Amino acid sequence: MNKKVVVIGGGITGMEASVQLSALGYSVTILEKEGQLGGHLKDWTVLFPNLRKGNEIVSFLEHGLELQEVNIIYNSKINEIKKINKHYEIILDKQKSITADAILVATGFDLFDAHRKEEFGYGIYENVITSYDLEKIFAQKGEIKTPSGIKPKRIGFIHCVGSRDEKVNNHYCSNVCCVTGVKQAMELKTLIPDAEIFNFYMDMRMFDTHFEELYLESQKKYGINFIRGRLSEANETIDKRIVIKVEDTLTSRPLKMTVDMMVLLVGMEPSKGTKEIANLLNLKMRESGFLKPEDDHTMSNVSNMAGVFFAGTCSGPMSIKYTFTDARAAVTKINCFLKEYELQNRILVN
Amino acid sequence: MNYSHFVLPFTIGLIVLLAYMLVRFGVWIYKLDSDDKQRILKNIFSIKSLQAIKEIFTESLLHRNIFKTNKVLGYMHMSLAFGWLLLIIGGHIQTWIFYDRLSNPIYIPIFFEYFVHNKAGMLFGEVLTFTMDLILLFILTGVALAYFKRFYSKLFGMKKTTNLKLGDKFALASLWLIFPLRLLAESTAASLHNTGGFLTQNFGNFISGLIPVSFFEPVFWWAYSISLGVFFLSLPFSRYMHIPTELLLIALRKWGVKSKETFDAFADVELHACSRCGICIDPCQMSSTGISKKTPASYFLKSVRDKETNSYDALNCLMCGRCEDKCPVGITTTNQRLAQRINLANERQGDFSYLKDLNYQIKTDVVYFAGCMSHLTPGITRSMIKIFRKAKVNYWFMDEDGSACCGRPQKLAGNLEAMKQLMDFNKKRIVESGAKTIVTSCPICYKVFSEDYKLEIEVLHHTQYLNRLVEQKLLPVQADSKKVVYHDPCELGRGAGIYDEPRKLLTHVATLVATKHEKQDSLCCGGSLGNLEIEAANRSLIAKDVVDELSKPNPDVIATACPLCKKTFIKVSSVQVLDIAELIAMSIPEKNEKSGERKKITVLQEELV
Ligand SMILES: Cc1cc2nc3c(=O)[nH]c(=O)nc-3n(C[C@H](O)[C@H](O)[C@H](O)COP(=O)(O)OP(=O)(O)OC[C@H]3O[C@@H](n4cnc5c(N)ncnc54)[C@H](O)[C@@H]3O)c2cc1C
Ligand code: SF4
Ligand code: SF4
Ligand code: SF4
Repeated sequence: MNKKVVVIGGGITGMEASVQLSALGYSVTILEKEGQLGGHLKDWTVLFPNLRKGNEIVSFLEHGLELQEVNIIYNSKINEIKKINKHYEIILDKQKSITADAILVATGFDLFDAHRKEEFGYGIYENVITSYDLEKIFAQKGEIKTPSGIKPKRIGFIHCVGSRDEKVNNHYCSNVCCVTGVKQAMELKTLIPDAEIFNFYMDMRMFDTHFEELYLESQKKYGINFIRGRLSEANETIDKRIVIKVEDTLTSRPLKMTVDMMVLLVGMEPSKGTKEIANLLNLKMRESGFLKPEDDHTMSNVSNMAGVFFAGTCSGPMSIKYTFTDARAAVTKINCFLKEYELQNRILVN
Repeated sequence: MNYSHFVLPFTIGLIVLLAYMLVRFGVWIYKLDSDDKQRILKNIFSIKSLQAIKEIFTESLLHRNIFKTNKVLGYMHMSLAFGWLLLIIGGHIQTWIFYDRLSNPIYIPIFFEYFVHNKAGMLFGEVLTFTMDLILLFILTGVALAYFKRFYSKLFGMKKTTNLKLGDKFALASLWLIFPLRLLAESTAASLHNTGGFLTQNFGNFISGLIPVSFFEPVFWWAYSISLGVFFLSLPFSRYMHIPTELLLIALRKWGVKSKETFDAFADVELHACSRCGICIDPCQMSSTGISKKTPASYFLKSVRDKETNSYDALNCLMCGRCEDKCPVGITTTNQRLAQRINLANERQGDFSYLKDLNYQIKTDVVYFAGCMSHLTPGITRSMIKIFRKAKVNYWFMDEDGSACCGRPQKLAGNLEAMKQLMDFNKKRIVESGAKTIVTSCPICYKVFSEDYKLEIEVLHHTQYLNRLVEQKLLPVQADSKKVVYHDPCELGRGAGIYDEPRKLLTHVATLVATKHEKQDSLCCGGSLGNLEIEAANRSLIAKDVVDELSKPNPDVIATACPLCKKTFIKVSSVQVLDIAELIAMSIPEKNEKSGERKKITVLQEELV
């Protein structure tokens, strides 16, 4: 009889890991709380760092699932997870239950809720939007307009919203928002060539392949302006434009600028679903709430519960490239575990 | 026979103690500033002194305030303090009657049963003997409770009892011995001379069967006298010094001396009037959440008395005033902390040169000062603007664009010079505007405007102002079925005593439901500007506790009246958090607004025609 693996969460991580586990001959079930797979990937039309289309990745993943036999339960809500000997019993609402020899947690991230930074005026000033809202505007494919209905002439992007911010208790960097800011600025400039675009950043984290090139290109070819400074507060003018107040830390002078639209580059937080599962399974979390592996160097994907593994953005911010890598790495660990090769045995106790 | 050597320990102890107290009190009063001395002179021969005596009676003897917190603890304190006083008074009455003269050696009333062996023919002799026994029994029950408390402090509803030093140990041991020894001394005397009452006679007869009483009688009288003497001599070096100091404190307060923010002789009296009862420990959220066990006033005041304060401890307090509200002695614990902050502040001359660049020159009726914190919660400022416009108020948004801080944060940090610069700047603008009223959205600003600015005009927090607009029907509001709970901000509630207006306002627009901690007892949100040391994560820890408590009645909205409370709660709350101003602005009927606007336009057009 095939051993059973249950994958919780059907974003990139869950989909890719399921395809690979199934290819290895395991019987795989995905539990997805929404009515469709793909997670956040569905929301991004064009991807950094190479501006390819998001739905190409979706179809790559979907095609993978078609080739394998993966059981998918949509709209599932997990009520309880019991450990019985070496198995896990996952109890869904409607009294249904599934057994698993191993569990992969792939519950992903939530976007930072910008309402929590009230001083930036999200939800209060009409023309303050988030990077997520901007993606929605891009997806509509029409003419770009501000929520007030005008064609924006000057746009400000604010980096690190909800990340690296002691005031909201998020100390970590979200990895993807700097480059998202560069990408979205370039897209906007393409759509509105006469717009002036300013990105306000703390420092530009262009660490990955092709990021720095994209950043240079955005300045040279697109004329995007980058200003080092942290937004202190925003105000609204009578005609609904936004007054941005920042401390320009390079010239160390307070700077004030009025823009037609302000885009908040919101960061990642561990998803609600991640916290729920962590509580049900008693998984260790970092101070930030992201899942914590047994060892940061040698035990990535390995949780404190035997047979429970995790991958993707439920363990920390990462881009799609790393999400794929992490999902596949977790598959290897699950495979070893089910073949009774225990990584833990290699830890030297002295 | 009116003398025996055994009276010496008591007599010497008492005289030394009285002399010491006279000097100590004298120095304190001498060190008060001349205004305070004037006040004392003015009030000492007035009804105020009688009021002081009355308060001493209810607080220091009957311990009414401790009774409120805890019945058993209150009884224990009362039986000791009040009982002892009754015993002294009773002793004097007996002495006066028996010797038929008013002036007698001071030790006679205390050791009456030693000197008097024949009460035959004494007026009220038996009644007095009975009463004295009853009082002694009353005290002994208190002492028994005190023994018990040492070992089982949970019974008294307090989790922690404060620690003791050497002087305390002497005083405590002697205090515990005084009344049991008195019982033994009087009982042995009774069994020898048949002069006791229901307690001492029966107990004396009982022990006479166990021990040779004629040998032990003088031993017990010596021991009783020594325990009294040791208690008196160790008192100045012990926590019991708080007892006489509290009497002085009560009198000074009645005579009109007030607590100040800088450390003066009055503050020193307060400091020594702290009984270390520890009642202030449990309400302190810094302590109850486990963030800092050292924060509560009890420990802080001790460090000040021992001259061991440091700026970290002084600054690691929310200045929420919960301890002050609960302190049975009425010690102004937040002023005590502030005084140390001022002492320890290394006054850095802030750079306020930017202030002159701000240009305000406007004539108005109402000045609206939102405050720095409200600028971080635009939901509040926008609601206020909507309300001002709706109520057609001639207002000026003073800090709309670039503002100077009100100065209170500087004060809370102990930096008075910086505070003064900001106050001077703001005050000039407020006065020049010709306004009759200043309205602020921030309780922190409200407190400093109303207490420190000494403005000639009316200072209102927006809850007061909005309540007035609504009650005068200048603002149309519509109630709906929303269920709200109200969180009293520290600076507005305990800090400024504003409890009713916010509640009245809320009942105009929603259904207000009660929570566990209301008014004086309300909790601190954790965001307080008063704490300059706490980490952000710990602020959220406190906030989470408070939000959990506020969420218990399942409200639709947690309402508050402070931008800082709002910001602090939002981070951790799953229930919507709104300022009262926002709730009021939302409840202004929309339709009205539109037709009103349209009307305005038509009028304008007619005028044009
Ligand atoms: C603004 C923004 C733009 C981005 N743009 C790019 C880009 O251009 N290029 C790039 O490489 N990366 C980009 N990323 C990163 C990318 O979105 C992530 O790497 C990727 O989505 C992570 O996938 P995931 O499967 O780990 O998590 P998610 O996408 O969050 O998927 C998690 C899934 O789990 C489900 N789930 C959660 N909890 C439960 C539960 N308890 N039970 C059942 N199911 C549950 C969810 O419904 C969801 O379907 C961007 C990120 C942000 C924030
Ligand atoms: S990636 Fe950039 S914008 Fe995002 S948190 Fe890190 S530094 Fe800030
Ligand atoms: S400050 Fe007040 S409550 Fe606290 S220990 Fe002293 S007397 Fe008791
Ligand atoms: S003011 Fe508040 S935080 Fe400070 S000691 Fe008193 S109760 Fe504790």
